[in-house]
Amino acid sequence: MEFADEAPKLLMLLYGLIAFAVVVGGLLVLLDVVPAWFARRREAALLAAATTGGAGTAAPPPARRRSVANRREGGLGLFFLLPTLLLLAVGLIVPAIRTFLLSFMDGGSRNWVGFSNYTWMFSQDEIFSVLTNTLVWVILVPLVATAIGLIYAVLVDRARFESVAKALIFMPMAISFVGASIIWKFVYAYRSGEYDQIGLLNHVWKMLGGEPQQWLSNPPLNTLLLIVIMIWIQAGFAMVVLSAAIKAIPGDVIEAARLDGVNPWQMFWQITMPSIRPALIVVVVTVSIATLKVFDIVRTTTNGNYDTGVIANEMYNQAFRFGQTGQGSALAVFLFVLVIPIVIYQVHNLRKQREV
Amino acid sequence: MTTTTPPALASPPVKPTGPETRAARVRRRLNNPVATGISIVIAVIWTIPTFGLFVSSFRPEDEIKTTGWWTAFTDPQFTLQNYQEVLFGRSASSGQLAGYFINSMVITIPSVLFPLAFAALAAYALSWINFRGRDWVYIGIFALQIVPLQMALVPLLSFFSEGASVAGIPLTPAWNLEDEGKFVQVWFAHTCFALPCAVFLLHNFISQLPKDLMEAARVDGATHPKIFRSIVLPLIVPALAAFGIFQFLWVWNDLLVALIFAGGGSETAPLTVRLAELAGTRANEWQRLTSGAFISIVVPLIVFLSLQRYFVRGLLAGGVKG
Repeated sequence: MEFADEAPKLLMLLYGLIAFAVVVGGLLVLLDVVPAWFARRREAALLAAATTGGAGTAAPPPARRRSVANRREGGLGLFFLLPTLLLLAVGLIVPAIRTFLLSFMDGGSRNWVGFSNYTWMFSQDEIFSVLTNTLVWVILVPLVATAIGLIYAVLVDRARFESVAKALIFMPMAISFVGASIIWKFVYAYRSGEYDQIGLLNHVWKMLGGEPQQWLSNPPLNTLLLIVIMIWIQAGFAMVVLSAAIKAIPGDVIEAARLDGVNPWQMFWQITMPSIRPALIVVVVTVSIATLKVFDIVRTTTNGNYDTGVIANEMYNQAFRFGQTGQGSALAVFLFVLVIPIVIYQVHNLRKQREV
Repeated sequence: MTTTTPPALASPPVKPTGPETRAARVRRRLNNPVATGISIVIAVIWTIPTFGLFVSSFRPEDEIKTTGWWTAFTDPQFTLQNYQEVLFGRSASSGQLAGYFINSMVITIPSVLFPLAFAALAAYALSWINFRGRDWVYIGIFALQIVPLQMALVPLLSFFSEGASVAGIPLTPAWNLEDEGKFVQVWFAHTCFALPCAVFLLHNFISQLPKDLMEAARVDGATHPKIFRSIVLPLIVPALAAFGIFQFLWVWNDLLVALIFAGGGSETAPLTVRLAELAGTRANEWQRLTSGAFISIVVPLIVFLSLQRYFVRGLLAGGVKG
C-alpha cells in the first residue's frame, strides 16, 4: 500500500464533502432568500396599492388571500421536496419503468420480443429451480427467524443478563452478508475423511459417526444451509422488535388476567399474541422482503452453482455477466410482481393510519 | 396498525417497574432451568460461528488448514501474520485489503450524509407544510421503499455510461467516469436508493413533534426554513443518528450496488467486493479469508455496539409503526 495510490481517493472524498456542504448550504440559503424576496414584493405591491389611495384594493378579499398563502406554501413545499423527488425520479422511478420495458426486448435491447423473456423464465429447468429455491427461502426464513426471535425475546425478558443476551443474538445484524457467508462457509468447510476436519459441522458430524460431507455441493440440502445463514442474520431483528412489543403490553391487562387465574400458556396465546400481532406482521413482512432480494449470500458461497440460485442472483448473472438484459429485466420485474401485494397492503395500512 | 412503542424523542422508555411483565412470569413458571437452558443454547449457536472465525484469524496458516479452530485451546499458537499479510501483503493474491478499506470509507461517508440531508428536508415538508397532494407524495415515496433495487440497476448503469435520451434526443451527457470518478456513481446510486426509507423514518419522528410548538413559531412569524433550521433540526438529532447508523451499516455491508457501480478495481471497490472475490477464487486460503472477514466486520461492529441504543430506536420507529 502506497500513500500515492490512496491520495486520489481521499481527494475524491474531500470533493464529495465539499459538494455536500455546497449543495446543502445552498439549499438552505435559497430557502431563506426566496420567501424573503416574495415577502418584499408583496409589501411593495401593498405599498403601491396604498399610495394610489384605492380604498379596498389594499387588502384583497379574505378568500383570495388564503389561496395566495396556500399557493406559496405549495411552492415552498415543492422546494423542500425538490432534491428528493428529483433523485427518486432519476434513480428509481424512471429506471424501474425502463426495466419494465427492457423486459420485452432482446438481450441487446434492440428489438421487441414480446413475452418471450417471460416464457423463457418459466420454461427453462434451471430458471424454474431458481424460482422454486426463492419460494423455499421466502417461506422458511421469515417463519423460522420470527419464531426464534419470539422464543428468545420471551425467554430472556427480564433475565439477569438481558442486554448482553440480546446483543449476542443481535450482533449478526451488523455483519455484512459477505462476512456472514464466510463465517458459515468456514463452519461448512470440508476435508476428506482421513484428515482432521477444520469445519465445525463436519467435525460434529464425524464425532456422531458420519462420513464428512461436501455440504454446499449437495442439493437440496445446500439451499437449506444457505437459508440458515439468512436466519442467523435476521433472527436478531425479529427479537429486538418483538421484545419491545412485549414490553409495551400494559401492566394492568396482565394484572387483570392474573386475577382471573389465567395460566401462563393461556396468557401467552390469549394476551401476548394478540397484543404483539402488529409487530409480528411488521417483522414477517420486513424479513420477507429482505429474503426475496437475497443476493450476497448465494453469490459469496456458491455463486448459484449446485442448484442454489435465487432470483436476485440469476438476475445479476443474466444482466451483468451474460449480457442478457432482457432476461435479467424480466427476472427483476417478476421480483417486483412478488412484492406488489406487500406494497398494496402496506399502503393500505398507512392510509388507515394517516386518517386516524 | 397502531404504534406499539411510544415515540422516543428524548430518552429511552423507562422500564416498567410495576407488576412484572407477563413474559417474565411465563419465564418464572416455565421452570426456570429449562428456559435458561434453551436461551443459552440459542445464544451459543448464534455466537460460535463468529467466535470460531475470530480465533482462526489469529492462528498460523498451516494450523488453520490442518486442524479445527477448537484445538487452539489445547495447543495455543497465535500470530498476527494473517492480518499483516491480508492488509499490507505485496503479492496480488494476498488481498491488499488496506486500500479497499479506504475505498469502503470513501464510499460510505458521503453516501450517509447526502440522503440524510435531503430526506430531512423532504420529511419536514411532508409533515408541516400544507400543500395539495401531500399525502399522495408521501404514500408514493413510502411505496418506493419496497421496490427491489434490481428494478433500477440496468437502466441506471446505462444512464451513467451512455447518458439519457428520449426518442433519440440526448437529455444528459454520459458521465464517462474513470477510476476514482466512479465513487460519484456509487454515491449517487446509494443516495437514490436510501431516500424512501430515510424519508419514511424521519417523517415518523418529525410528524410527532408537538403541534403547539410549530404553531407558536408560525404565529411568531417564523418562516418554514427558519423553523426547520432552528427548531426541528436540533430536536431530531436522535432520529438523524438512528438513520445515519442504519445507512452506514447498509452501505458498508452492501455488495450488489458496489459490484455494479464501483466495479472490481482496487481504485474504487469496497471491502465486500474484494472479500467476495477472495471467497470465490481462493476458497481454501482460510488464513486470508478469516482475517479479511474480520477486518470487514470490525468497523460496523464498533459502530453498532457503541450506538446500539439509537439503532434499536430507529428500528422501532421505522418498523413497529409501518
